Amino acid sequence: MENEKTYWGENLRLIFICLTIWFIVSYGFGLLLVEPLNTIRLGGYKLGFWFAQQGSIYTFVGLIFWYGAKMNQLDKKYNVEE
Amino acid sequence: MDELKLYTYIAVFGTFAIYFGIAWWARAGSTSDFYVAGGDITPMQNGMAIGADWMSAASFISMAGLIAFLGYGGSVFLMGWTGGYVLLAMLLAPYLRKHGKFTVPEFIFDRYYSKTARVVAVICLIIASLTYIIGQMKGVGVAFSRFLEVDYDHGLYIGMFVVWVYAVLGGMKGITYTQIAQYCVLIFAYTIPAVFISLQLTGNPIPQLGLGSTLADGSGVYLLDKLDMVVTDLGFKEYTTDNMGGTLNMFAYTLSLMIGTAGLPHVIMRFFTVPSVKAARASAGYALVFIALLYTVAPAVGAMARFNLLNTIEPAAGQHLEYSARPQWFKDWEKTGLLKFEDKNGDGKIQYVADKKTNEMVKVDRDIMVLANPAIANLPNWVIALVAAGGLAAALSTAAGLLLAISSAISHDIMKGILLPDLSEKSELKAGRIVMTLAILLSGYLGLNPPGFAAGTVALAFGLAASSIFPALMMGIFSKKMSGKAAVAGMCSGIGITMLYVFQHKGIMFIPGTSFLGDMKPNWFFGISPNAFGAVGALVNFAVAFVVLRFGEEAPAHIQALVENMRIPKGAGEAHAH
Repeated sequence: MENEKTYWGENLRLIFICLTIWFIVSYGFGLLLVEPLNTIRLGGYKLGFWFAQQGSIYTFVGLIFWYGAKMNQLDKKYNVEE
Repeated sequence: MDELKLYTYIAVFGTFAIYFGIAWWARAGSTSDFYVAGGDITPMQNGMAIGADWMSAASFISMAGLIAFLGYGGSVFLMGWTGGYVLLAMLLAPYLRKHGKFTVPEFIFDRYYSKTARVVAVICLIIASLTYIIGQMKGVGVAFSRFLEVDYDHGLYIGMFVVWVYAVLGGMKGITYTQIAQYCVLIFAYTIPAVFISLQLTGNPIPQLGLGSTLADGSGVYLLDKLDMVVTDLGFKEYTTDNMGGTLNMFAYTLSLMIGTAGLPHVIMRFFTVPSVKAARASAGYALVFIALLYTVAPAVGAMARFNLLNTIEPAAGQHLEYSARPQWFKDWEKTGLLKFEDKNGDGKIQYVADKKTNEMVKVDRDIMVLANPAIANLPNWVIALVAAGGLAAALSTAAGLLLAISSAISHDIMKGILLPDLSEKSELKAGRIVMTLAILLSGYLGLNPPGFAAGTVALAFGLAASSIFPALMMGIFSKKMSGKAAVAGMCSGIGITMLYVFQHKGIMFIPGTSFLGDMKPNWFFGISPNAFGAVGALVNFAVAFVVLRFGEEAPAHIQALVENMRIPKGAGEAHAH
């Protein structure tokens, strides 16, 4: 029981980290900070515009796989695998 | 028959033959096959199926066109419709899979121990899904009438028949395998023209990189800089910074689309088809990879289509195209009424500018951009034929997923769950098939006689899912104490306030003239448009639920134990009915 509580706590912490990054790349870089970032260039892209139309999507993909891999480790560590 | 038509017939009917073959091979023999494809789909297969399930005629046909005309503002669709998968992967899918039931309302019933909650969930699901299907059916009709010159009605009948064969015969199992094939068709159809166009314009075959490259005309100017310059010269807003009603509106819009995506039942259902919690997490990742393939190409397609269109009409500043010398695709789309020219100054040349008084391109429908794109760029006929097959694959695959969500809500949740608990598995399977047939007939009828509010309904579908289903599911998992009463109060007030805001702007049930409080400024709530209001509805849902919980009873002990069990992957069996 105690074991399962810490497992859930660690999961919540991971979700919090992931959703913070999720928020920063899309709502942060893509929307709220888009103007200052647009002064920086990434080839032909303005950086803020790039995050809004490309970068945030790549980050989302990375986040889901990273979360999945971390959770597989946690499942093993706390012995709650299927 | 000309070459283009011949290729189009081969592409369209060739893909249909493949779908039929798969349907026959993957017939459903049990309710488990019919609702969750037997529960043994691999994460990669499920990811592809989710991709096709999710990417509808709207993603395939409309989105790049929207981005072409909204520029940076179109980013809300790109981020909103992909970011929802992060929420699904972390907040919903693994736990719903662990709980292991067939449908979303069934989960709501178990977790909130209330038939009222189940019925409310079924109603939300049916409204959201039906409004979505109308759009798919219209997409099928338009694709047939434009590419095969079959009239709209007959195109729709053919589409209904194709879906009927594989959805009714195979249920979730047949739908899953046809969706995998449909994903392949639609992604090829989308990316091949984009690769050609990117190569033509920038010399870079990868559209995602081409969009950030210099033009291939030797000028050394970046494509996006040139586009910014051209559009501002014509008086339009700058492409890369035009922010669609302000930052707050874009913020709320993106959030609504994200949580709406995570709350759409036909997508959530697909996570019940994999064998384990681990596989549910992985399928969300694969799904987003397959979706991102299209979604990162779309902004390139949009920008390049806008560029090509402007360049055709005004090859160099001040040098306008003669109307009599207009290209063939221009004439083709004029016939459909989606492209209209009016020679206001009588000089026989086309002036396309932002100022409404002097603009002579009086209509440029956004939906034609993807379909006309290959022709504008002079691509070979087989590419155009492929686009027709891709558009149909996108519309049919989404329609099938939605039909299954509707029929399972009726046969499993209403009939078996509430009215006739003694229904045998065999009868339930038969009932599922009959309900699905009726749902196809109904959606076909709605496609033939689209209600006046069809255009506004996609917003309503997302608003409903965002403001009702997502918060209820999330609180069910993350708040052990959340009670049935509080959840129902939350769902009703979330939906209620969203519908009020939409109806106040657009009329009750979208009937013109019934918009109330008529003298209020549009988007009066902090400049948030009705389409973006689902996020506010979701916040209201959460707030009301927690207030009611605070002053009422907590969920009983056995429900809290159920939630604890849901949070641990151990012991997840196959999805089952009881």
